[in-house]
Amino acid sequence: MTRTYIGKPVTRLEDRRLLTGAGNYIDDVKLPGISTMAILRSPYAHARIQSIDLESARAMEGVIDAFCAADLDAQLPVIPLRLAPFDGFERFLQRPIAVDKVRYVGEPVAVVIAEDRYVAEDALELIEVEFDQLPTISTIEQAAAGNTLIHEAAGENMGTRYTVARGNARAAFDDAAYTRRERFVTNRHGAVPMETRGLIAEFDPEAPLLRLHGATKVNFFNRRHLAAAFDLPETSVELIETDVGGGFGARGELYPEDYLVPIASRRTGGPVKWIEDRRENLTATNHSRDIVCELEIAATAEGEILGMRATVQGDMGAYIRTNGGVVPSKAAQFLPGPYRVPSFSCDVQFLVTNKTPVGTFRGPGRFEANFCRERMLDMMADDLGIDPAELRQRNLLTPRDLPYRIGELVPGDPDATLDRGNYPAALEHLLNECGYADWDPGAETGDGRVRGMGIACFIESSAAGPPESARITVFSNGGVEIRTGASSVGQGTETGLAQICAEFLDIDMNRIDVLHGSTTLVGIGGGTFHSRNTVMAGNATRTAAEALKDRATELAALRWNCDARDLAYDDGAVHQDSDRLTLQELAAFAETRGEMLSADALFDNEKKMSYSYGAHAAQIAIDIATGVVEVERYWLTEEIGRALNPAMVQGQAIGGVIQGLGGTFLDHFVYDEDGQLLTGSLADYLLPTTSELPDITAIALENSPSEFNPMGFKGAGEGGIVAVAGAVGNAVAQALKPYSVSINELPLTPDRLRKLLRGAGA
Amino acid sequence: MKPSRFNYYAVDSIDAAISLIAQQGEDARFLAGGQSLVPMMNFRVAAPTALIDLNGVPELSNVRIDNDGALHIGAMARTRQLETDPEIAEANPLIAVAAAYVAHTQIRNRGTIGGSLAHADPAAELPGIALVCDAEIHLRGLSGARVIEAAKFFDGVFTTALADGELIEKLYFPPWPEQRCWAFQEISRREGDFALVGIAAWFDMDASGAISDCRLAAIGAGDTPLLLDSPAQTLTGSVPSDALFEKAAETVAGDIAPFDDIHASADYRREVAAVLVARTLKTAWERRR
Amino acid sequence: MSDRHNISLNVNGADYSCEIDARMTLADCLREKLDLTGTHLGCEHGVCGACTVLADGDAVRSCLMFAVQAQCMEITTVEGLANNGDLSPLQEAFRDNHALQCGFCTPGMLTTAEAFLRENPSPTRAETESAISGNLCRCTGYISVVDAILDAADRRRDAGSE
Repeated sequence: MTRTYIGKPVTRLEDRRLLTGAGNYIDDVKLPGISTMAILRSPYAHARIQSIDLESARAMEGVIDAFCAADLDAQLPVIPLRLAPFDGFERFLQRPIAVDKVRYVGEPVAVVIAEDRYVAEDALELIEVEFDQLPTISTIEQAAAGNTLIHEAAGENMGTRYTVARGNARAAFDDAAYTRRERFVTNRHGAVPMETRGLIAEFDPEAPLLRLHGATKVNFFNRRHLAAAFDLPETSVELIETDVGGGFGARGELYPEDYLVPIASRRTGGPVKWIEDRRENLTATNHSRDIVCELEIAATAEGEILGMRATVQGDMGAYIRTNGGVVPSKAAQFLPGPYRVPSFSCDVQFLVTNKTPVGTFRGPGRFEANFCRERMLDMMADDLGIDPAELRQRNLLTPRDLPYRIGELVPGDPDATLDRGNYPAALEHLLNECGYADWDPGAETGDGRVRGMGIACFIESSAAGPPESARITVFSNGGVEIRTGASSVGQGTETGLAQICAEFLDIDMNRIDVLHGSTTLVGIGGGTFHSRNTVMAGNATRTAAEALKDRATELAALRWNCDARDLAYDDGAVHQDSDRLTLQELAAFAETRGEMLSADALFDNEKKMSYSYGAHAAQIAIDIATGVVEVERYWLTEEIGRALNPAMVQGQAIGGVIQGLGGTFLDHFVYDEDGQLLTGSLADYLLPTTSELPDITAIALENSPSEFNPMGFKGAGEGGIVAVAGAVGNAVAQALKPYSVSINELPLTPDRLRKLLRGAGA
Repeated sequence: MKPSRFNYYAVDSIDAAISLIAQQGEDARFLAGGQSLVPMMNFRVAAPTALIDLNGVPELSNVRIDNDGALHIGAMARTRQLETDPEIAEANPLIAVAAAYVAHTQIRNRGTIGGSLAHADPAAELPGIALVCDAEIHLRGLSGARVIEAAKFFDGVFTTALADGELIEKLYFPPWPEQRCWAFQEISRREGDFALVGIAAWFDMDASGAISDCRLAAIGAGDTPLLLDSPAQTLTGSVPSDALFEKAAETVAGDIAPFDDIHASADYRREVAAVLVARTLKTAWERRR
Repeated sequence: MSDRHNISLNVNGADYSCEIDARMTLADCLREKLDLTGTHLGCEHGVCGACTVLADGDAVRSCLMFAVQAQCMEITTVEGLANNGDLSPLQEAFRDNHALQCGFCTPGMLTTAEAFLRENPSPTRAETESAISGNLCRCTGYISVVDAILDAADRRRDAGSE
């Protein structure tokens, strides 16, 4: 028999435990003798620390220890750059706890370890800190002016600045029949997963052993740097992954707490737990987006794009953390998008301000770039009297253009190339689905609102980074185990890998356990980011399964004393004529030989990335008098090469769209001029809810398998979010066309829209 | 986000509650549904030294309808009961409709009408309904019982006429004529969020077809829920029409004093208050026809 | 000094007694004292809905109730939804509709939906959306959750009519 799992919407292996309350998230982990850590965080955005008095806190009943920077080694480690480590950033790195100065509201100042969280918070109230407040940099304009320096030794607030280019933008603009310049703002918002971060450290300096529970995303990278920071051999550091309640880019990076919790454990000699509460989460976990883009476009009168010129300014917050310059650099790189843009240049600036540091959030830079470019294309279509879809079709790269070298648009990255695909077909498919040709924006709606439809196209890279590992073992009890260095942040990795393993081994998927992430499971691992798990761990699992079949066949040949070439593998067993040896039997045989029936694999795509691509369409209705927008319908097409589990792919797409609608209408970290976060609760930082869910049609296309991995996968985790603001912005702009207002800044709140309309006399 | 220490007392009568809170001093608080107080305690922006839990006081949960249709709602009646109890909806449909706008089911299952009024969030629905319905608020303290009109109860943002140690015993809603036209509308960022601005309105007609009496109230348009006297004057004595409603809406600006916050500007609230006045009146009138 | 209380409560059909501080929330009591960690804390200020449990049948935020207030109450948590290890029709519907990804919000979704379907066995889509409007999810985009609850309503009706 041949079992088929790949491409089937099978139910998930994870679900039973998660549905019955048997999940094991970090706060569910209980260890004997565990104590709880809480962190005193800066109430000021920029201040010098004059003194910290911990005595009253230390004396409180139930408090085990308290410390601040002065109690630690003179040389505290700095949080390393993992990605986009541009020259100049080394001047803006963060130490785990504030030394002399605080630079954002929420920066760790002191730590209390107590018998429980209640007592720990009581003790925080007894810590006396004298601050001398300093002038606050709360905007990128103030940062650029540099009248106040956040990091004095750097001599400026510009983290770094560079220009990337291809072609000859100046010439393109000089000769163009049409040019336009616009300023776009993608506001500060972020991942805000439902589970806040949390860690448990067990630090035994004698062993030596540092075991850190609650790790995820990039555990092997983090282990390397934690080992260095604590002067331990890598093998003495164990990062243990638990169930994780969502990542979306922000979770699992090295943060101050990844150092503070081990320090707390080392000081107290016992296990220490820290669970980020939601108030902490909104200032302590990376923010994202926050890009201002001045974009110019040059085109012929017929709407053929000749060039783009841009300045991208990113508000990086107070420190450059592990994600380095990813957000602004990717915003710059993805500005030309899926279009033929012969000439392009972009001035990219990374400005440091007194806000929470910025890191990646699902579709980093892409969401921002697509908003700017797709809005600009609609303005150009309007100016030139060309239908927006027609304008896009004239400029999309065609199959004949691909592969297409986009050039070195990120310093230090290799020359990037868009791989094969059919961008116009994905747009065409979308236009048919959404009934674009029949759409009449002027049609009477009967409910007093006006409607608009907008489209946006995107490309999305996937599966960057180091190789990924997988090991498959069959046990004599019949169980099959996959171990991988890839992490799961809750996206269904266990199910996906089990599907691949089950199909290639031709066994029942329910026999398979998938263990992931922890550094104790496998020798090396790449981790989970950039929509890479299915591509990287999936192909590693396939390779391991093939190797396991080979090994099983060799064992069967030994057992039968025959030539392995005469044997066949089918239905989870090795066959010779009518005889068969199941994997379970072969595992038992292997054990009698003192070995395990097991196979390892490492999948390396040699950094050749595939680009998923597609298009979004939004249909909205807006109440002119109140500025309230309803997204009535939403469509997207996304070419992902091959869908491993269509139901999970659908979940990624729809989840991405709703998250993108949040970024378009709701999510916003608002700061005042003193650098105080005004949206410090989930009552004020607004996440999407079920109120007014649109009808969403998400179509995964499987017409263009990736050439860079045997299974043809392209990442499917981010295509749902990256073009939402572009499509919705265009829909709102179409609805408001009679008022000639500029939809250039997110989020599109009722207040913002009414202000625009009021200005237009409506 | 764990609350500070406090002493907890469960009581079973109003008398016990008011004598106990007097003993516990000025930092003691009554605990009603806890849906506003407990979040503030978890953030430690409120740190009462003692909580007197009113959830076990049966007399505070009574809901009674008089023969004349007047409605008595005990302070501890849950918002969810206001939303779903058909007798309340019959006695005063505006209460039931507005209650459904309060937060979410889980909050409405615990939150109480007395707690909402005592908390006095200017954007909350139930204070606006008490105001527009000319409710009387029955208070009890050590010095005795007193009755205060809703119009005199709200002093400012989160402040009321409640004296130290005083609690709300019940609300009295006057009889609701069967023919009354009424409506409630609000704009919020998401379902269940506090209103950016909301309008409650009702009007009665005389035999000639003119409006004989009416009330309008706004929430989210000032430091307290506000009665809108100017549109009420415009309406009284006139025959309902869309034009009349628009005219009434134009007068609202002088009656409100909206504020800026991160969710909407004062300008937004001002103009949307006017929009909602007209829409609410139209809805009320359509309901009648 | 802390104000300690001995409480008795019934959780998922089992009687428990424990000694707690007055300030301990019901959520923390369930998680820390009774080791029922299926109830999750996502915000601790009554917005996210992850900590929803049923208290005497009503869906409530267990982060906004003190454990001492649950004296003599019957509490149902996510651990109490399955029947002798068999997923309930609601849980099955969540699995079959892919109504969860990371699973962190799921316990609150399930308890909220359980109370909702008991009260409204044949809901409309709009009613269902409104019923879970106080439960945040960052993964699914909600649509599959609404599908699952509507599917569960069908399954429960079918089971009831047999």
